[in-house]
Amino acid sequence: MTEDVTAFSAQAVPPGDRLDLPPAQLEEIARKLRRHIISMIATAGSGHPGGSLSAADILAALYFHVMRHRPQDPHWSDRDRFILSKGHAAPVLYAALAESGYFSVEELGSLRKMGSRLQGHPDSKLTPGVEMSAGSLGMGLSFGIGVALAARLDNRSYWTYVLLSDGECEEGQTWEAALFAAHFKLDNLITMVDCNGMQLTGFTREVMNIEPLSQKWQAFGWNTIDIDGHDIKQILSAITQAKTKKGKPTIIIAHTIKGKGVSFMENNAKFHGKAPTSEEAAKALQELQ
Amino acid sequence: MTQEVSARETYGETLVKLGHENEKVVVLDADLSPSTMTHFFAQEFPQRFFDCGLEEQNMIGIAAGLAASGKIVFASSFAVFISSRCFDQARICLSQTGLDVKIIATHGGITVGEDGISHQAIEDLSLYCSLPGFTVVVPADAVETAQAIRAAAAMYGPFYVRLGRGKAPLVCPRDYQFTLGRAAVMREGRDVTIVAMGIMVAKALEAAEVLARQGVNCRVINMSTLKPLDDEMVITAASETGALVVAEEHLAQGGLGSRVAQVVAEKMPVPMSFVNLKDSYAMSGKADELLEKYGLTAAAIVQAVKSVMAKKQ
Ligand SMILES: Cc1ncc(C[n+]2csc(CCOP(=O)(O)OP(=O)(O)O)c2C)c(N)n1
Repeated sequence: MTEDVTAFSAQAVPPGDRLDLPPAQLEEIARKLRRHIISMIATAGSGHPGGSLSAADILAALYFHVMRHRPQDPHWSDRDRFILSKGHAAPVLYAALAESGYFSVEELGSLRKMGSRLQGHPDSKLTPGVEMSAGSLGMGLSFGIGVALAARLDNRSYWTYVLLSDGECEEGQTWEAALFAAHFKLDNLITMVDCNGMQLTGFTREVMNIEPLSQKWQAFGWNTIDIDGHDIKQILSAITQAKTKKGKPTIIIAHTIKGKGVSFMENNAKFHGKAPTSEEAAKALQELQ
Repeated sequence: MTQEVSARETYGETLVKLGHENEKVVVLDADLSPSTMTHFFAQEFPQRFFDCGLEEQNMIGIAAGLAASGKIVFASSFAVFISSRCFDQARICLSQTGLDVKIIATHGGITVGEDGISHQAIEDLSLYCSLPGFTVVVPADAVETAQAIRAAAAMYGPFYVRLGRGKAPLVCPRDYQFTLGRAAVMREGRDVTIVAMGIMVAKALEAAEVLARQGVNCRVINMSTLKPLDDEMVITAASETGALVVAEEHLAQGGLGSRVAQVVAEKMPVPMSFVNLKDSYAMSGKADELLEKYGLTAAAIVQAVKSVMAKKQ
């Protein structure tokens, strides 16, 4: 094949491997993922609710509308890849994988327990559907680049999606990867930032300011799209738009709220890495009905 | 039941005292100050505290620059991130320069628990012991932590000090005197010696108690300074008790066991046995469950003592 490596199109793979749910249903899925997140973390007694809740709409859109994947065949070679770089948000990934059929929803209750396939941070050797082992922040974009380069080398048309946190835009490795992806014109790679404005200690602008973020990525040679990361329609249209951009990688900066959907967790650093008590969990689940 | 105290909290409080005593003390962290407990210092001395955000490698470089300009620098993060993530920076900027930077790593070992293998530092001691010029310390409890942090501040040069996440039983006596590079005999005995560090000191004492009831007299040594190692203490123990067991919350390679074995092999060969994590990662779980599953228990030490005694001449 001599055709331009950038000329792949999503239509190359037969249809039917996308769930393609309409936006209204995706909103319901996102709420369901949020309920799983609360229950899982409360049952485990530890974990990271804030950054899992902020990413729920993005994962709902990807797993239940955008991505081609076969939950019964997690290693299908033409699957679209989702790489969770911010590994502490494992609960939202596990919830999306369970709801799309990679394993049972009941298994979510085993999160972080001895012998569970659902480790505290994603482990690609253990969990079906987990593409990358993570937990040390700032490594996912490099991994995603490798996956996208392989698609180019193998003439495959799958898309690679990477989800970063805004905190990860502080790690040097993220910017090394940013240079690389632009240099090699990786337009089959779509990166998203769950830009919830917070990290562990508090607000990102107070801990280590990364703004203006879009301009930084633009200066690094990227196509950037800013959206409301809780608006399913905006997420879907940004991804559609990203797919038409040739010769450049795209980054979708999804402005989100840490702890989204649970009033007392929203913008609250206390719930970055702390499990809700059973009363708090009950209250949260009520809000998420 | 012995009292259990958090060594991290002791570290945080000791830093504040050091800050009052010496204005050259500067503290860096990488978005983990509420967990490493450097936030006590941050509140007391906001001018001398810098949160580097998620920039561990940058943090070590900045620490080196501050130290080269006369500061006594404490840099903290979780043991996983501050060991492997910025190893090159530590090697070039700290080991090869000998600058006055104290890396205080919290959440070491598998007892970090449910976060799983990405967060369990079990190779950190091997890494830092491999670096020339580094002093490497693993305190056994909060009492020793306070003294070790002070000793690090008082001695010029790079340090790696590993602390655990959870509360740990106090094992050092009230009048305990920590000396860098000197091990402490925690219990006298003539039949066999258990050399331990960190949380394994408490387990070694527990094992010695069990063995005493069976007529075996164990010497227990707290080898809290891994580097430089107290060779003399090892040689004396080998010659007087004729067999050694080394217990540590670390992989088999490159930690306390390797270091003690090297001295024994060269100076006073005797049978040895090792209690450690061998050559594999653990998993998510509660600290106690993990210690049980991976054999870091008093019972495992008892077994190791029995096997090594059988090999004794
Ligand atoms: C390299 C590295 N340093 C530190 C940590 C500890 N840690 C876990 S989450 C976190 C900050 C989270 O903030 P952000 O990355 O923005 O994630 P979000 O707010 O989306 O949860 C930190 C410091 C880590 N996992 N990896």
